Amino acid sequence: MKKYFYALLLSVLLALNSSFAQSVGELRFCLRSEPKTFNPLLVEEDSSDTVRYLTGGVLVRLNRQTQRLEPELATEWKTSKDGKSISFTLRQGVSFSDGTPFSAEDVAYTFQQLMDPNLHAPQADQFRSGDGKVETKVLAPNKITLTFGGPIAGLDKLMDQIVIMSAKSPKKEMAALGPYYVAENKAGAYVLLRRNPNYWKHDSAGRPLPYIDSVRLDIQQNRDLEMLRLMRGEIHLVNVIDAEYFEKLKAEQPAMAHDSGPSLDSEHMWFNQVENSPLPAYKKAWFRSTNFRRAVSESINREDLARIAFRGHARPAVGIVSPANQFWFNAKLQPHPFDQASALKRLAADGFRLQNGVLRDQGGNPVEFSIITNAGNRYRERMATMIQQDLAGIGMKVNVVTLDFPSLIERITRSFNYEACLLGLVNTDLDPASVTNVWVSSAENHQWNPNQKTPATAWEAEIDRLMKAQAATLDDKKRKQYFDRVQEIAWEQEPFIYLVTKNTLSAVSPVVKNAAPVVLRPQTFWNVEWLQLNSEMASNK
Amino acid sequence: MKWARRLAIGFLLLVAITCCVPSLFWKFDYARQFRDLPDAQPSQQHWLGTDDLGRDRFARLLYGTRVSLLLAPAAALLASSLAALIGGTAGFLGGWVEGAVMACTDLFLSLPWLFLLITVRALLPLNVSPLTSVIITFALLGCLGWAAAARVVCADARLLRHSDFILLARASGSGGWRLLLRHLLPNILPVLGAQFWVSIPLFILTEANLGILGLGVAEPMPSWGSLLRELESYSSLSSNPWQFVPLVLFILVVSSFHLVITNREIPT
Repeated sequence: MKKYFYALLLSVLLALNSSFAQSVGELRFCLRSEPKTFNPLLVEEDSSDTVRYLTGGVLVRLNRQTQRLEPELATEWKTSKDGKSISFTLRQGVSFSDGTPFSAEDVAYTFQQLMDPNLHAPQADQFRSGDGKVETKVLAPNKITLTFGGPIAGLDKLMDQIVIMSAKSPKKEMAALGPYYVAENKAGAYVLLRRNPNYWKHDSAGRPLPYIDSVRLDIQQNRDLEMLRLMRGEIHLVNVIDAEYFEKLKAEQPAMAHDSGPSLDSEHMWFNQVENSPLPAYKKAWFRSTNFRRAVSESINREDLARIAFRGHARPAVGIVSPANQFWFNAKLQPHPFDQASALKRLAADGFRLQNGVLRDQGGNPVEFSIITNAGNRYRERMATMIQQDLAGIGMKVNVVTLDFPSLIERITRSFNYEACLLGLVNTDLDPASVTNVWVSSAENHQWNPNQKTPATAWEAEIDRLMKAQAATLDDKKRKQYFDRVQEIAWEQEPFIYLVTKNTLSAVSPVVKNAAPVVLRPQTFWNVEWLQLNSEMASNK
Repeated sequence: MKWARRLAIGFLLLVAITCCVPSLFWKFDYARQFRDLPDAQPSQQHWLGTDDLGRDRFARLLYGTRVSLLLAPAAALLASSLAALIGGTAGFLGGWVEGAVMACTDLFLSLPWLFLLITVRALLPLNVSPLTSVIITFALLGCLGWAAAARVVCADARLLRHSDFILLARASGSGGWRLLLRHLLPNILPVLGAQFWVSIPLFILTEANLGILGLGVAEPMPSWGSLLRELESYSSLSSNPWQFVPLVLFILVVSSFHLVITNREIPT
């Protein structure tokens, strides 16, 4: 009897131990809104993207820490010399969450779906080169070649966003190849993801990943409540927090606060250079002058903007590319220094003169302009007010106007009835292809002077040429040379006056083990399969 | 209650004098940024510390109080005058005029005035000085804030129209304008006064809310609205309780006004 008792006790302990070591607990965090779709090909907003990242299986994955591509469902891949096609060797023995086996047919099906013009998949535009069609050739159950209508720069990197769907599963897009699958969706309340029992990854000890049983995504719009829940231990992480919350968190629970350094996003201002804008001719002449823009840039104390407006969690910006973008950043460039004496010299070269503290142009017009920014954004309001004081130092009068977002967009995209604008750009992609729609002169987002039929200036023509050249080249080194030059021209001409690069600030509970927040999305759970919950700490909480 | 009224008058006089000539009482300008001292705690130099851009909070409070104390009552006066004119006339004339005017008032009340304000702001020129922006803001509030008060005034005027003293005045041969100005207006003044005092804090708070939508007072000019906006940041309040000073001053000023007016109207 004793023998049986010990055997039973041992087996219970072993079972407990193995379950403890493998998959325990529930990771909880908040989404700002309800996911609009669970179809990975139709994702457009953050919440759906989070679900896609946690549930989707991709052929290759961009490691968010090293910023290099790593094999996932594809063990090998090769891009053709002409940049039109890519061949994959797929991982064998992999199944979807419902048990349907994964094969090259699924990859072919996914790309046919993606490129279907009736689906209007947002990710498809990146692959629409040439005639916009895709040819899929299944060579074997684990080998496939995709051929596109024309060459696509950085083709392999684009695969990080394409989640493979099952061609045969009755569950369609709900059958997942990623670490989790959607188990429950309570509209407006939460989305519950459970561990994919068929996930192919294992750790070095052979234990199946992910370690955590389930992920609960609560819908919570209010940031104050989200932070309170984090501090109470009800949720485990917040992907991005602002500087105020960060400082408070750092003071109260320093182990939770993570500053991962410069993000990919930029904060910048620009002057309206649109030919047919309803501005007086003399103001158009100011804004088109490189000396005027450079003088404004040199009169802004970026160090102060970073230190005061962002509580030190930002750094003076250099240009188009953030230093966080390890490969594409042009390290030769430095932020423009704060030098009002040099600014006045530049202005004098253009005929401006400072009289009784007021800067006047050649025609005697006092230099006065307004900066518009979106109302409610404390950081931009602070920066605008600081710029107002900085520019008063060289005799410029600046009026700060905060507008609701639709009115602001109306002014900068349709009526062009504004003088200067302060906004930011959110970058999610590392590749220069993602900023083509900003830097090519014919583009809609070429904000200082959009939709140009022919480039208005020689330097814009040069940028157009370089952007085309980098897009047509498959050699990354050559592409970088071209894009480095684009960065230099932007730095010299300053159509965008880059102000600061914000840091990526996030919060992770100490209960979560193996967390290593990074600057790329999703900052805190990019390695979700390796995350573990410290059950002792969690139970204390 | 005499002592309370005297205290209130004394307090209001002190606030008014201090705010009318703030430069006599305080050395710092409200717009000057002490960039080495952002979010500083109260000190001998900066009595209420500094704000997030290093601007002296006490200076901003003095100048902001002046802006709000001058312009919020001005807007309230404009709204109350419009209410007296529209509501009083409708109530006094009665009949189809009252019906038509009140229908228009209801329509005005049902307008999404916030969106109307946003549209108006979008149409305004961008290059306006902070002073002009503050005047525009309060003028808009005054022009749009009359409708609710007009309904109350109209109801009061309707009651008065049928009162004995008005009938007596009519019987004595008093005409329309004389009745309106000599008999009706003095009797609706207490209601108008109440509407006026109620409107002041309402307009100040509305200006604070409009600031969030970009319709408030432009930087760097302070107002009570922009000072109260600092209270929306929960993360800094617990550690900086002196940020409540504008709120305390706002409550004290509005309460003092109420005390003064109430004691004047109802002699004890």
